[in-house]
Amino acid sequence: MTALSIENLNVWFGADHDRVDAVKSARFDVAIGESFGLVGESGSGKSTILRAITGLAPTWSGEITVEGKTLLGAKRDRAFYKTVQMVFQDPYASLHPRHTVDQVLSETLQLHGMQDIDRRVEKLLEDVGLGKRFRFRYPHQLSGGQRQRVAIARALAGEPDILLLDEPTSALDVSVQAEILNLLTDLRDEHKLTYLMVSHDLPVIGHMCDRLAVMKDGEIVEIMMSDDLRNSTAKHAYSQSLLAASAAI
Amino acid sequence: MSLLDVENLWVKFPTRQGVFDAVRGVSFSLDRERLGIVGESGSGKSMTGRAILRLIRKPGIVEADHITLEGQNLLALSEPQMREVRGQRISMVMQDPKFSLNPVMTVGDQIMEAYLLHNNTSKAQARAKSISMLEAVSIRDPERVMRAYPHEVSGGMGQRIMIAMMLIPDPQILIADEPTSALDVSVQRQVLDIMDGLVKERGMGLIFISHDLNLISEFCDRVLIMYAGRIVEVCDADKLHEAQHPYTRGLLNSLPRLDQPRKHLEVLKRDATWSDAQSVRGGK
Repeated sequence: MTALSIENLNVWFGADHDRVDAVKSARFDVAIGESFGLVGESGSGKSTILRAITGLAPTWSGEITVEGKTLLGAKRDRAFYKTVQMVFQDPYASLHPRHTVDQVLSETLQLHGMQDIDRRVEKLLEDVGLGKRFRFRYPHQLSGGQRQRVAIARALAGEPDILLLDEPTSALDVSVQAEILNLLTDLRDEHKLTYLMVSHDLPVIGHMCDRLAVMKDGEIVEIMMSDDLRNSTAKHAYSQSLLAASAAI
Repeated sequence: MSLLDVENLWVKFPTRQGVFDAVRGVSFSLDRERLGIVGESGSGKSMTGRAILRLIRKPGIVEADHITLEGQNLLALSEPQMREVRGQRISMVMQDPKFSLNPVMTVGDQIMEAYLLHNNTSKAQARAKSISMLEAVSIRDPERVMRAYPHEVSGGMGQRIMIAMMLIPDPQILIADEPTSALDVSVQRQVLDIMDGLVKERGMGLIFISHDLNLISEFCDRVLIMYAGRIVEVCDADKLHEAQHPYTRGLLNSLPRLDQPRKHLEVLKRDATWSDAQSVRGGK
């Protein structure tokens, strides 16, 4: 069984002449415990795949299978959210500005039907390296990196198996990025998580992922190992140009 | 004489907990070159750029011995005189095109407005000029983009539109505040090439503010590294990787690298003495 399996996935927005095909016949598998990356330019459809999986992009066709269960339409049941969680790009936008860290986490725990919430909130904060003193703070009292830690804690609240990471560090400083990437590496080891990570930053994907798919204009042009990325042995012309562009800068 | 000369610049914000110094005694000069300013968020790099254009709003306070543009002290100018400087002589490209373009005006109208404001010409001519400017920043179908609203264009395109707009009055100095951090690597390259060409062809001075060390070292001539409102190190951009200051070294080491895979990245360990040390002069 794979953690996540995408077969012939198409996602589109709008209808008739306004129709935009954001993802075209995408196909890949993510094994349990694997860390899989999606890279490509903005507009290449990499985030849209994550959104289709979580039900945020309702117009899709094809087959999405999560731990053996096939998903339908845009509705997801509770069991799905206990298996799959997402961390969004912008920690400044993804936290409610008028909820404390405690409210954010305990509400999420409640929705997952957890018991013993008080202890679990502390445990979550501990897990993401924040500690108890951050429990009653509001988002504006936290730095960008601390906010992203809260967002990760929220994603971990339901004890998921799979984390969908949508550019989790692109809004952060390099020094903070290093801390968050280290945290994600540790959490993956501790909780035996599967990652599906989207980024436009090739070194970040190379650092975090075992395999990756290169996307262009909604299509997956190549799936390769991170080692291929390191050794610059990409086969497709577009992946090569992407590699060259990131090496030059 | 250098194009721009900044001496002992301070930016202060009075708060309930006392005065917060965002920039603390920064001095540097700029010629017809590409000067990079790097640092983390909160290091004062954006504030330095904004202070030059006197864009710091009250209650913020800007103090400096002088900020001179070709011998003219900008701090001594009146607000109407300052408006002549902004855009005409020093232009600024902000980080996020989503927040700097007017959401309820088409792109074409906005560019034409900028052109008509600075030139006394017909609308048809302004339109032709706007289209040629969009072409100059390698936008493929300028006719369609002219009719589009900002939300209908991608981030990369939005940023190129901003650059096109800034270049219409032909300024002497362009201050680019993280102009490419919202963009993809491939588009980044294009935007940088466009700016590079402009610096070379028009003899502009460029202040390039970014948190991306690799980008700066590749693209600029000189780099100022800022920490906690001060310049901790100045170096030639191509020698950035040989930088000495532990802060610069820490930033460089915290980047993931394709050629050196490792399980954990190095984390920056901060030292209180970095922020106490005197600001390094960024002159030539």
